[in-house]
Amino acid sequence: MTCASSKLVLAQDIAKDTKTAYDRVKARGMAACLFGQKGTCCKNCNMGPCQIIDGVESMVGVCGATADTVTARNFARTVAAGSAAHGDHAREMVKGFIETAKGNTPHEIKDEVKLHSLAAVYGVDVEGRDKNDIALELGEKALADFGSQNDEPLAMLKRAPAERQKIWKKLGVEPRGIDREVVELMHRTHMGVDQQYENITNQASRCALSDGWGSSMLSTELTDIMFGTPVPRRSVVDLGVLQKDQVNVAVHGHEPLLAESLCIAAQDQEMLDLAKAQGAKGINLVGVCCTGNEILMRRGIPVAAGFIQQEITIATGAIEAMVVDVQCVMQSLGEMTRNLHTDIITTNYRAKMPFAIHIPFDEHAAMASAKEILTKAIMNYKKRGKFYIPEEKKLDVVVGFSHETINRMLGGRFRASYRPLNDNIINGRIRGVGIIVGCDNFKLNDDAHEIIAKELIKNNILVLATGCAATALGRADLMNPEAAKYCGPGLAEVCETVGMPPVLHMGSCVDNSRLLIAATAMVNEGGLGDDISDLPAVGTAPLWMSEKAVAIGQYFVASGAQVIFQSLPTDGSKVFDKYLKEDMMETYGAVWNVEADPLKIAKSIIAKIEEKREALGINKKQDRVLFDMEMRRDQEGGELKGVGCSVT
Amino acid sequence: MSKIICSAAIRGAQKIVDMSEEKYEWALQKYGADQEVKFPNTAYYLPIIYSILGAKVEKLGDMKDIFQECRTLLPGSVSDNTWLPYLGQALDAGMATYFAEEMFEAIRNVETPDFFTGTEEPTDANLFLGAADDVIFRKRGVEFVDGSAPGFAAIVGAPDDPAVAEKIALELQEKNLYIFMHDSSVNGKNMSRQLVDQGVQVGWNTRLVPFADSYTSVVFSIGFACRVAMAFGGIKPGDATANLLYNKNRTFAFVMAFGDVSDEWYANAAGAINWGFPTISDFDIPEILPTGVCTYEHVVANVPHEEFVQKAIEVRGLKVNIAKIDIPMSFGPAFEGERIRKDDLYMECGGGRTTGVEVLISKEMDEIEDGLVTLEGMDICDIEQGQNLPISILVEVAGREMQSDFEPILERQFHHLMNYIQGIMHIGQRDIMWIRIGHGAVEKGFSFKHLGKVLHGKLHQEFGAILDKVQVKISTVQETVEQVMELAKTVYHERDLRLGSMTDETEDVFYSCTLCQSFAPSHVCVITPERVGMCGAYNWLDGKASYQINPTGPNQPIEKGTCSSESFGDFEGINTFVNQTSRGAVPEVSLYSLMNNPMTACGCFEAIAAMLPQCNGIMIVGRDYRGMTPAGMKFTSLAGMAGGGAQTPGFMGVSKHFLTSKKVFFAEGGLKRIVWLPKMLKEEISEKLKERCAEMDMPEFYDMIATEENGTTEEEIMVFLKEKGHPALEMEAAV
Repeated sequence: MTCASSKLVLAQDIAKDTKTAYDRVKARGMAACLFGQKGTCCKNCNMGPCQIIDGVESMVGVCGATADTVTARNFARTVAAGSAAHGDHAREMVKGFIETAKGNTPHEIKDEVKLHSLAAVYGVDVEGRDKNDIALELGEKALADFGSQNDEPLAMLKRAPAERQKIWKKLGVEPRGIDREVVELMHRTHMGVDQQYENITNQASRCALSDGWGSSMLSTELTDIMFGTPVPRRSVVDLGVLQKDQVNVAVHGHEPLLAESLCIAAQDQEMLDLAKAQGAKGINLVGVCCTGNEILMRRGIPVAAGFIQQEITIATGAIEAMVVDVQCVMQSLGEMTRNLHTDIITTNYRAKMPFAIHIPFDEHAAMASAKEILTKAIMNYKKRGKFYIPEEKKLDVVVGFSHETINRMLGGRFRASYRPLNDNIINGRIRGVGIIVGCDNFKLNDDAHEIIAKELIKNNILVLATGCAATALGRADLMNPEAAKYCGPGLAEVCETVGMPPVLHMGSCVDNSRLLIAATAMVNEGGLGDDISDLPAVGTAPLWMSEKAVAIGQYFVASGAQVIFQSLPTDGSKVFDKYLKEDMMETYGAVWNVEADPLKIAKSIIAKIEEKREALGINKKQDRVLFDMEMRRDQEGGELKGVGCSVT
Repeated sequence: MSKIICSAAIRGAQKIVDMSEEKYEWALQKYGADQEVKFPNTAYYLPIIYSILGAKVEKLGDMKDIFQECRTLLPGSVSDNTWLPYLGQALDAGMATYFAEEMFEAIRNVETPDFFTGTEEPTDANLFLGAADDVIFRKRGVEFVDGSAPGFAAIVGAPDDPAVAEKIALELQEKNLYIFMHDSSVNGKNMSRQLVDQGVQVGWNTRLVPFADSYTSVVFSIGFACRVAMAFGGIKPGDATANLLYNKNRTFAFVMAFGDVSDEWYANAAGAINWGFPTISDFDIPEILPTGVCTYEHVVANVPHEEFVQKAIEVRGLKVNIAKIDIPMSFGPAFEGERIRKDDLYMECGGGRTTGVEVLISKEMDEIEDGLVTLEGMDICDIEQGQNLPISILVEVAGREMQSDFEPILERQFHHLMNYIQGIMHIGQRDIMWIRIGHGAVEKGFSFKHLGKVLHGKLHQEFGAILDKVQVKISTVQETVEQVMELAKTVYHERDLRLGSMTDETEDVFYSCTLCQSFAPSHVCVITPERVGMCGAYNWLDGKASYQINPTGPNQPIEKGTCSSESFGDFEGINTFVNQTSRGAVPEVSLYSLMNNPMTACGCFEAIAAMLPQCNGIMIVGRDYRGMTPAGMKFTSLAGMAGGGAQTPGFMGVSKHFLTSKKVFFAEGGLKRIVWLPKMLKEEISEKLKERCAEMDMPEFYDMIATEENGTTEEEIMVFLKEKGHPALEMEAAV
């Protein structure tokens, strides 16, 4: 563990009995099962579990399933589970969106520009219509995507580069219904169905694409329309954001519907008065995990912790309530609060746990639910015992880099575009884009994100980050524009020109869809190839732990972006492992890569980016093109050809 | 450091918006919300606001919304630590600056209407011209469109040394650029004044434009660019991005800043970046080198004066093709409009003072020695000031591709080529040519042989594809001049006969002209023997020669194909070509009709024809006429209807020459439809017009055409037309 604030908290008396995940990793005393780790344990039917050994004839499954089939099925089921998590999350957001359009929530349609652009994707007429009308039709069409039974591809796929769409069509992996692809994938990996690893992987792609270009994208976009598309704003991260004299309410999980309502309720005079009556100076809402990222991006509400510090947050003794919904909430939290005044409040019927209080969040009565939850927290304030807040541990960050923000920060309202980004990639000031996403993982060194990011920016690679990776990079002080000092000269110059940090926080883990849109925008801007697979851009999810990360990895690869993970449970099958890591290049133009060492991940990203640059021909020294009248005539209404020359 | 620049630009923008809004509040008190506000004689309101926001600011009260927009655009100040991205914000602040400055200048126009001269050249009392009105704009716009002016330098401040100012201005002129001068430098130096003090001729004619002495006047430059996009590019008002990108890709302008840079200058510079116009400074200010919003760098500083112009055009990404002509005077299009006034005059030839003639003839290859320039008789060095001489300029050319048809085209170049020489003024042509030689040229060592050198060099350069040899014989001996005159008259006579007999029916091939597609991407001109291009500059023979010179160039032959209507001038081949070349924007064009698929225009027409429904006739208004017309619009507003590459039945750009063609408005009944012309235009074409009236057996028709003296409304001229018994009143309804 390298995280300074975690160490400080755990060194305190109040935390001496705290058992964290780190302790449990040690206490378990058992190495991971070799078959599980390598993906060759098949427990899909009751003839098993069968442990498969690749190449040993007697060690195929009872049914005859080979290592290739079993690893592919296990991999695919991970994708299905991850996609299902995003899908179910997105469904709630779409339903919340519909309720908002109907006027049944405290929220409103905030971003009409985005509403209209999404309406265009879904063929919703906007002319002369009220925004709520448009939103209602859009929401209903979006909701229908989940249960769609016809064989038409999802509407959102149209947003991908034309070349990529052709590849999907050719491979037959265009997703149809969001739920359907998960169901089909679960079906096809059932005993005795799909037993050809390429075919299984194609359905895994289809399922993952229904996540990236389907449910995750819907969640991001509709949430933006409702709660406002993120714009750059200042905030702070790390445990120092907790307040000693306020009611500290941590929101943890993934869905921002509840968190947004809490944000509104926390400003309610009634609640503030109640807090005051309890002796608190106010209500301090802080984020944890991806709910934290959602409200950080849209409201600038501080993030106390990522996944890895959820227990440490409780261990401060300064939290009145931790309000949780779905995903990545550790069961240990409930146990931890048994000796503390802190309440864990579960709010989603899907997700209950021992030693927690359940207050269901009703989106139809959002404010009432939110107030009930806050009241519970406020009433705990007086019960707070000894606590410790590492006050100096708070880092300034600039966040809110949605696709739209990047556009505008590069050219203002009237010249918003990706041109400056593309130009400076072409001229080599920026070598390419490194994407750092994903989770935290107690089994591995917790500074992997930081090591990779620092190496990348030192080598003039701009970093885009989401999820708990982004929180970690905020803690590492890389989301401050002053972090340009860690960059190579080219990237530093561009950061200085724009006034941006070298690591851009693009949101929560569902917001990886923003990266797909950003990559597409780079392609469409021109000069960097015709497809995402041409871009000098590589993704990595170091410290991944959630199944969602594998779904994200698969939709990245299926969209043409290479990814590097620290491990992948697929190397129990030589053939399938090679398929993911080499053969997919031919069909998808991108592959999975595995590299355990963070620094080597960074070096690999750099090498892959340079390969793409070579292929694009932008590493060659190009002379400045000067334009005479004839060349201006020849542009036929388009841009001047040949701009973006090398640095002089 | 971009941060320093952006912080200063945002600060400057805040100050400028505050200042302008204060002025607005004051004006509102004094004049009231209904007070009319405008820039002089323009159909584009306050052009930046109109082009970017689509808002028409016509009254003082209209400014309220625009100030609100400024406030929305204005970002907060850039903080010292943990700052938010400021590049986009600074660009927005720059835009707010321009909106505020335009309103400031418009209020100034109410407060002090004669603050600027509004003329093309300074007056004795006032050096500063103010914003170009639409007449100047359209006239100059042609040069932007055809490439003879690739862009402009907007200058703020001035170098300390006036000689440096003069040198930089000259260098910019030699690169064919316009020079728009705006503000004094921090130490009070003003470039316009420096040039005047150095004896340099300033004004639109020499491309050295003293706009004003204030930074707020930068909007005159930017507003000019915005109008180019709307008038020639067909960019719709309010389509901000299209306007900005159009200028980035087509108008090669940049800002030159001399001396220390104030917050207000930074704000203006940031604004210009929106249009892709970078800033070059001679001062030690921070730079913004990464590319993206502009084509290349955004701000380049510390540039020594010797490299200033070179650096500026390199940063802007501009290539200027100039062939060096080996004469001691400066040479280039920027000097074409220069006048030689009485006080500047050293001597003159032709123009009624003496006998003068110029002529070009083609000969066999072996008859010509290429590069030979002879002078017979006295040269400048042999005479005293004020001693005028006769002159003949006989140019003989030969080439494998040379045709006698090209002779008049080559000969017509003489006028502008000789005018390109600094210190020389050329007027007229053929046997009415007139050359005035200024002191400036004589001081630099002018010899008549230099005229020959210029003609030899430039004819080779521009027409190298059709001619291989050029020799020039100049004489100032009366006897020889008279011999050349005799020869010339024979040549002119034969030429005129040949041209006069050529009609649209005798030729199977017409020529396209897409020279202006650099500015008007969907516009295609069709030039026929009987229809000169609407700019008045290109006729059918020009098209033919141009194609010969450059087979892939802007003039392409069009097989006219089957004629489906002789009266409308509908040709199958023409329609196919126009549809394709306009990229589907103009599927069909009727060559002889105003009402049915009229030809589109880029915006640089000499005149506009418009249907007057009540009079059942057609009016034509020339570019120079500033008054109201019976169409209820001034030229500037009509230009908006006819320009930009769109077909608007009832409105069409025409050349003056076309008005006396037999094909003019043929579909609508021809010349007899014309009911109104401005007096100036009517007189200008009177000779040809009367000839045509005689040909129609209606010599009295000339007097039936109304002018502004007879009325400027349809009602008024109806009275006149009825009184005269104008034939249009009896014709079939045209609408």
